[in-house]
Amino acid sequence: MALVEREPLALPAGASAGTAIEPLGVLARPATKTGWRAWVTTVDHKKIGIMYGVVAMFFFLVGGLEATLIRLQLAQPNGSILSADVYNQVYTMHGVTMVFLVIMPMAAAFANYLLPLQIGARDVAFPRLNALSFWVFLFGGLFLNRSWFVGGGGPDCGWFCYAPNSGVTFSPTHGVDFYSIGLQIAGVASLIGSVNLIVTVLNMRAPGMTLFRMPVFTWMQLVVQMLLLFSLPVITVALFLLSFDRNFGSNFFNVAQGADPLLWQHLFWIFGHPEVYILILPSFGIVSEIIPVMARKPIYGYPFMVFSGIAIGFMGFGVWAHHMFASGLGPMSVAAFSLSTMFIAVPTGVKILNWMATMWGGKILYNTPMLFSAGLVAMFTIGGLSGVTHAIAPADTQQTDTYYIVAHFHYVLFGGALLGLFAGFYFWWPKIFGLMLNDKLGKWHFWVTLVGFNLTFGPMHILGLQGMSRRIQTYQSTDGFTFWNQVATLGVFIIGAGLILFLYNCVHSYRTWKAAGRPNPGPDPWDARSLEWSIPSPTPEHNFDVVPEIHAQDDFWHRKYGEDERGRAVRIATTESVAQKGDAKGVHLPSPSFYPLILAAGLPIIGYGVIFNRLIAIPGVLLFLFGIYGWAFEPATEPGDHEGDHGHDDHGGDDHDGAALATPATEEAPVG
Amino acid sequence: MAETMTAAADTGHHEAHDDHGHVTNTGISNEKLGMWLFLGSECLLFGGLISTFLLYKKKLNTFPGFENTTVNKLGADLFDIPFTSVSSFVLLMSSLTMVLAVSSLQRDDQRRTRLWLMATALLGSTFLAGQVYEFTAFLNEGLGFTTNIFSSAFFTLTGFHGAHVLIGIVILMTMYAQALRGRLTSRNAEALEIAGLYWHFVDVVWVVIFVVVYLIK
Repeated sequence: MALVEREPLALPAGASAGTAIEPLGVLARPATKTGWRAWVTTVDHKKIGIMYGVVAMFFFLVGGLEATLIRLQLAQPNGSILSADVYNQVYTMHGVTMVFLVIMPMAAAFANYLLPLQIGARDVAFPRLNALSFWVFLFGGLFLNRSWFVGGGGPDCGWFCYAPNSGVTFSPTHGVDFYSIGLQIAGVASLIGSVNLIVTVLNMRAPGMTLFRMPVFTWMQLVVQMLLLFSLPVITVALFLLSFDRNFGSNFFNVAQGADPLLWQHLFWIFGHPEVYILILPSFGIVSEIIPVMARKPIYGYPFMVFSGIAIGFMGFGVWAHHMFASGLGPMSVAAFSLSTMFIAVPTGVKILNWMATMWGGKILYNTPMLFSAGLVAMFTIGGLSGVTHAIAPADTQQTDTYYIVAHFHYVLFGGALLGLFAGFYFWWPKIFGLMLNDKLGKWHFWVTLVGFNLTFGPMHILGLQGMSRRIQTYQSTDGFTFWNQVATLGVFIIGAGLILFLYNCVHSYRTWKAAGRPNPGPDPWDARSLEWSIPSPTPEHNFDVVPEIHAQDDFWHRKYGEDERGRAVRIATTESVAQKGDAKGVHLPSPSFYPLILAAGLPIIGYGVIFNRLIAIPGVLLFLFGIYGWAFEPATEPGDHEGDHGHDDHGGDDHDGAALATPATEEAPVG
Repeated sequence: MAETMTAAADTGHHEAHDDHGHVTNTGISNEKLGMWLFLGSECLLFGGLISTFLLYKKKLNTFPGFENTTVNKLGADLFDIPFTSVSSFVLLMSSLTMVLAVSSLQRDDQRRTRLWLMATALLGSTFLAGQVYEFTAFLNEGLGFTTNIFSSAFFTLTGFHGAHVLIGIVILMTMYAQALRGRLTSRNAEALEIAGLYWHFVDVVWVVIFVVVYLIK
């Protein structure tokens, strides 16, 4: 926390200084603007985004520790660091943590911070719901991990927790209960977030920001939130059925009663396959922002980029059974899902070709964000190709449950999603914190990570094809798996070194920046293209002094650059002259609130009640109800500020001095 | 290229002027759009539950040991179709009273708004009471939540729907209390309209459940 707390608090808070805070409702409206209270009651999408990032980074360390334990156990034949039982718990929690508590919230961090900025809005559509989704996620993640301490061990059924293995008979501890209820809570967070962000993108774009002028990152996030909206309810059903079976004695996965365990697999993967696109598309969006900036060219084939993302979103719902080829679905289903899986590789391939075409012929700046982006393109391609081999059902039947699968999804999730997220950290750090990360350390971070990553997961292809099963806690020296396992274990320590370099870079860059007298990187350190770079760094609390009017895709770029007669880009305006100053006064912002935190705090207590003793649930339900009713009767914004009921109509800036300023700004803007 | 860009920019410009004021890009308020999205998500929630029910309704009598017992023996013959038809009718009528409540509020007719709100909540409660009666009758016949896969799926599906109705009633009663205090006026008619969207959705889902669970053999 310390790392991020210092900077944003120094925001020029011109926006809110004049607002008189009157208590209304049961709890007094939180009034603090600084310190931890300002963070726990904030409804500012930027602070919420930062908190998402910090919590996700914390869980990344937890998940990384679990990964290290797995690799240590497998470093030798007949390893004895973890018992078979603990090994099951560790790989389960590693998967669950990395998927639900690291990559999803890190992507949510970028979505929260950037979506309103990229579409020219002052906040999200429902600022308090945004805070609620963060707190629910945090409590859900902590609840899940508390199974280590009070649940008799973590869940031991793998991240997809197949029935009937997840039943009380085979998983007698409370681990699976913590899994089902913890994911349920985390799912609520994502569902709230998805409704919020979709409404934000559809409803709150700046004047002229048509859908097809939105940056690719915003588009990819829109697709992701749609996927979340329609896939989460399915896992919600599955988790409810699992909870009911375990806690109330129903028979959904009770094979002795004639239940069908494949029901779980279907429900899980109808959610689970869209989920993998939920994990990767945000990173696709991030590199689609970075590559054009660093290659000094507009993105190649913007409509193809957008439509391939939409196509991935739709087709993502039609390929789930390729996770189940080994379960005896029957030849028709297998053939159909094989084909659909091959087809979904097409839009993904379109994206890769478009990134390469964007780089092609560009004057590429090889800085850290660009290296990570190029790393994503290369590593994801490997993972994508091994993914296509799974579409071929006979081969997949052979590969199911081997390390080949483990290699594949780490190439797409680590080599794809995580490298993209790191690219995003380096790229947007100056916008978020007002200082640049050290580029030299960043390059070290990249190369060390790339080497470590390939050493860890590359050999798993070989191990898998040799027949090494995943989720088995050990192997024999006669199996011939020893050498590549040792290489993989070496690799995980190199990845760890890379991560330490990143964390050191955060601290080091901050210190040198402070020692140098806190130089401001300026609004646009990368000479970039999208709207968030047209406002000061770090982003002022009110985002935009004047809500911009948009006249083209990459509008900000066109304000800076025109074309000469040979079609080459020439500077027509300095960044300083087109960027906003961040000094607007009296911009109306949504007021902070205690209720999101209170409401969210009720949920894990209800969870404990379901697992241990129904009486525990009572205070949880009361807290929950108190939160809801307090919320409902607290106006989103303090009265007296504003006439409208919709809180924070970002459109317009019409009742501020903005309207007057907007007109000259539009005339300056070069179009076409 | 430049021309199309300019043309596009012009369109954008006009939109921008139309947008001026408090109108959103889509013309639908944030709150209403949010409710529509949430209801879209709810469709998949009930979709998952209904699929589960259909799977287990068909599957039960193909299971070894249960070959000679029909689904009817294990639950469906307990259904009292005339009774459930009446309670379904009651629930559907509550959609009508909901519409009347919204339209009264839009005309700022406080008295009728309260009347129709209360009527909607009472009709919903009547439906719930019918469900409680039905569940109790099943329990007395020996068909509990844990009896077999059919009963687990049945109670879960209808129970989830009942919980939705209950939440709807709580929302309506909250609005009724607000109306009594004079805080529900035509200015926030949209809030009631959004609550109405939820209420109608819950009714429509019941139509599907009623057909799938009770009417299809």
